[in-house]
Amino acid sequence: MSENKNKNENKNITAKEEDLLLRVKNLQVSFDTYGGEVKAVRGVNFELDKGETLAVVGESGCGKSVTAQSIMQLIPMPPGRIKSGEVWLDGRDLLQYSDKEMEKVRGKEISMIFQDPMTSLNPTMKVGKQIMEALIKHQNMSKTEAKEKAVEMLKLVGIPNPESRVEQYAHEYSGGMRQRAMIAIALSCNPKLLIADEPTTALDVTIQAQIMDLMADLQKKLDTAIILITHDLGVVADVAHKIAVMYAGVIIEYGTYKDIFYNPKHPYTWGLLLSVPRLDVSKDLRLVPIEGTPPDLIAPPKGCPFADRCDNAMKICREKMPEEIQVEGSNNGEHFARCWLYHDLAPNVENPIEKRRGNLNE
Amino acid sequence: MSETLVSIRNLKKYFNVRGGKTLKAVDDISFDIKKGETLGLVGESGCGKSTTGRTIVRLYEATGGDIIYKDMNINKLSKKELKNYTRHAQMIFQDPYASLNPRMTVTDIVGEGIDIHNLYKGMERQKRIYEILELVGLSREHANRFPHEFSGGQRQRIGIARALAIEPDFIVADEPISALDVSIQAQVVNLLKDLQDELDLTYLFIAHDLSMVKHISDRVAVMYLGAIMELTGSNELYDNPLHPYTKALMSAVPIPDPDKSRSKKRIILEGDVPSPIDVPTGCKFQGRCPLVEDICRVEEPALREVLPGHEVACHMVKKP
Amino acid sequence: MADMNLRKEDFEVVGKDLKSSEEIVRKSLTYWQDAWMRLKSNRVALVALSIIILMVGMAVFAPMMTEYSYDEQNYDVISQPPNSEHWFGTDELGRDLFARSWQGARTSLFVAFVATIINVTIGVIYGGISGYFGGKTDIVMMRIIEIIYSIPRLLWVILLLVVMKPGIKPIIIAIAITGWGGMARVVRGQVLQLKQMEFVLAAKTLGADTGRILLKHLIPNTMGPIIINLTFQVPSAVFTEAFLSYLGLGIPAPAASWGSLAQSGTKMILLYPHMLLFPAALISIFMLAFNLLGDGLRDALDPRLRA
Repeated sequence: MSENKNKNENKNITAKEEDLLLRVKNLQVSFDTYGGEVKAVRGVNFELDKGETLAVVGESGCGKSVTAQSIMQLIPMPPGRIKSGEVWLDGRDLLQYSDKEMEKVRGKEISMIFQDPMTSLNPTMKVGKQIMEALIKHQNMSKTEAKEKAVEMLKLVGIPNPESRVEQYAHEYSGGMRQRAMIAIALSCNPKLLIADEPTTALDVTIQAQIMDLMADLQKKLDTAIILITHDLGVVADVAHKIAVMYAGVIIEYGTYKDIFYNPKHPYTWGLLLSVPRLDVSKDLRLVPIEGTPPDLIAPPKGCPFADRCDNAMKICREKMPEEIQVEGSNNGEHFARCWLYHDLAPNVENPIEKRRGNLNE
Repeated sequence: MSETLVSIRNLKKYFNVRGGKTLKAVDDISFDIKKGETLGLVGESGCGKSTTGRTIVRLYEATGGDIIYKDMNINKLSKKELKNYTRHAQMIFQDPYASLNPRMTVTDIVGEGIDIHNLYKGMERQKRIYEILELVGLSREHANRFPHEFSGGQRQRIGIARALAIEPDFIVADEPISALDVSIQAQVVNLLKDLQDELDLTYLFIAHDLSMVKHISDRVAVMYLGAIMELTGSNELYDNPLHPYTKALMSAVPIPDPDKSRSKKRIILEGDVPSPIDVPTGCKFQGRCPLVEDICRVEEPALREVLPGHEVACHMVKKP
Repeated sequence: MADMNLRKEDFEVVGKDLKSSEEIVRKSLTYWQDAWMRLKSNRVALVALSIIILMVGMAVFAPMMTEYSYDEQNYDVISQPPNSEHWFGTDELGRDLFARSWQGARTSLFVAFVATIINVTIGVIYGGISGYFGGKTDIVMMRIIEIIYSIPRLLWVILLLVVMKPGIKPIIIAIAITGWGGMARVVRGQVLQLKQMEFVLAAKTLGADTGRILLKHLIPNTMGPIIINLTFQVPSAVFTEAFLSYLGLGIPAPAASWGSLAQSGTKMILLYPHMLLFPAALISIFMLAFNLLGDGLRDALDPRLRA
């Protein structure tokens, strides 16, 4: 197993070093609470190329937001604690940076947009000024230059009448417009990486479509890499190049969007795909939910965290955390699943996604 | 042919807002809900679906129109009759974090309805509470815990248990899954379906997610700015949407299949969801409709049957 | 790689265990247990609490246990500074100041606690009703509070003294009349916010009447702010009593209260500072302790900081 991993790491280093923007290695983050240590992130690895979109998908509490915030060092340090890990951005380990050094990175090289546009914008500051802040600080623009750029950004994100909108306050914007304004603020300094933490969860579905469209459009124009955090696989299907499926603090499957949607290997991923409702299938096709509840990370199970909810769970699953196993036939050799089902000694299991596809095609 | 359980006739609910304006949350809607069916009520924020649900259970008093439950006119009930009505019609709420009293144990929460209506006491009461908890997939070990110790999905199940404790016939589910992760949504929807079969319940299922509504509803009504745009059977709506808003709404729903999704032709609506304070005369959808014509700005289209069992409110949709 | 020996039996399928999945591993803590835990970790608040308990204990027991009673005059030992016989010294009539201080504590604390209890009771009910019904009821009720508050406490006391004899009663009534408004406003604010919450709507939908909603849903979720407000009202009442007695509008001689002791002490301040020092110190320490406890409680009872 470890030989395999080394081989792959070497492959990555030689082949695409110039394109590689972000590499997260063995990130472990815990929170010290009165009840004990909550192990929110337990060894996360992923890579992101320039201009690429990585979707991190998982249920609430799986650690996806904590992972993203750790990259930006936004986790309050007590009670949070980065136990180990490296976050390499363009050749520098961000976790070694002091707060002052991170200030230069945030907004300029990495930006973040959040779920709730109502609380993410400062209600007492004009929207234009919020866009100008980052420009003045990071790009040393004068007020006039920054104002011009702010208007440009509002136009870029599709807000009508940007000249008058730039003077307005957040409460004068609608929900969808506020999210666009947030995107404008985040992209004003043309960062290399945009982290979007559930950006459309709180929006109506027609507005959601608009925002996802906008983000895909802006990515093409500005060549920004995006980490998209969400619990909704449907949203991801359109925009993701790579997908990391997280559960209970670990990435249990990782691959390109084609790998995950068309050749998923982990039972949790199967569960996610089977439980998502679809407009294009008959209503009589019963949704197959994942029964049960994710484990409390104050006492994470020693074995695979999904074992209690997995129909295919084996004895070994309760005892030991499975290692990452490379899946054959993936597009670029980067499809991994953390599952004992792919060990040589494991019994063969029917892949319900293939089965369903077979049924649909009949 | 099943009987009608709830009949809504010309229901209106207006709110007075600051500045002397009127917020027309629900503006003259009519529909029926048959016994044993699930009617889905879909729309985006501001369309009035939640207000409709809350008015039906009398959390709000209707400004106009009638709500007929069996043969009772809900708007004209006395206090005592209203208390009796609550035994028939119950509600499940949206926010799993705000819908349970943080200071009460699960037993107290589920048992509150039993206590208010004096249904059981002592050991019987406890037994009944355990039964209901098991019915929703929880156990008696959970009975003495507090809401904050549970996950979102578990809390919603506690909310469902609370509604079921007094054995209602009709449940208004007000966005019961919107605040949950997609994988847990399926859990709750399947639970609701099973409970419906087991306990012979009738549901009004309010949601903004068209794809989830499809899986649970027999018929679906699409609302926009306080009015019903389209009302028809679930499969029919998805196979043959007629109203331009319905079509746009469906187009916007994400498809978890990259090849299909990336090749789909999207209808992206311009502009934002409008506010129910400044409702235009004429068709409510005129501001964002790709097919808008002069008549739409003048006359509000009535909800009429253009195909058997398929009603639409649009001037541009002609009867075949 | 093969540092573990895996056997075929390890791969036997056992399937899911939903019961285990739904289990809650953390210990269950009630609201009060959680609050106490948080309070305990706040050293300052704990010290403050201990001081309060100590002082209340002394107020209850010390007057019974001292050698000298509070009103025993002894012209042989007038105006003595603190010594081994009289720990706090004596006053101008030879009375033991230690005994008088704790007797005074009894009076001051009695006034403070009784007045606070009245304030809390009236305030919670008034604020609860005003917040719950809202609308015109709320507007009228809040204006009444403002009218009452437009008359300063001092004036209320003077008005009451026109019809009542000076003593504990008029002070308690004055503090009560002008104190419940703050509590009412706090409770009203909380109730206004809480009544929109879905768990209150759920109770209404279940058929709960106003009384049940107020008592089971609204007030219990307001306990945090109520307790904190209460904790700040006590030192305020102590101070008011001290202030009024200091002005001569309070407890008359020979009855002791911290305020009257401070008043007599002030007359002698240049010659015998100890007579003012001890009652002033007691008032200050008591008020400081309650304020620190109140701060600690504010953090301990904040639901957002739950452990």
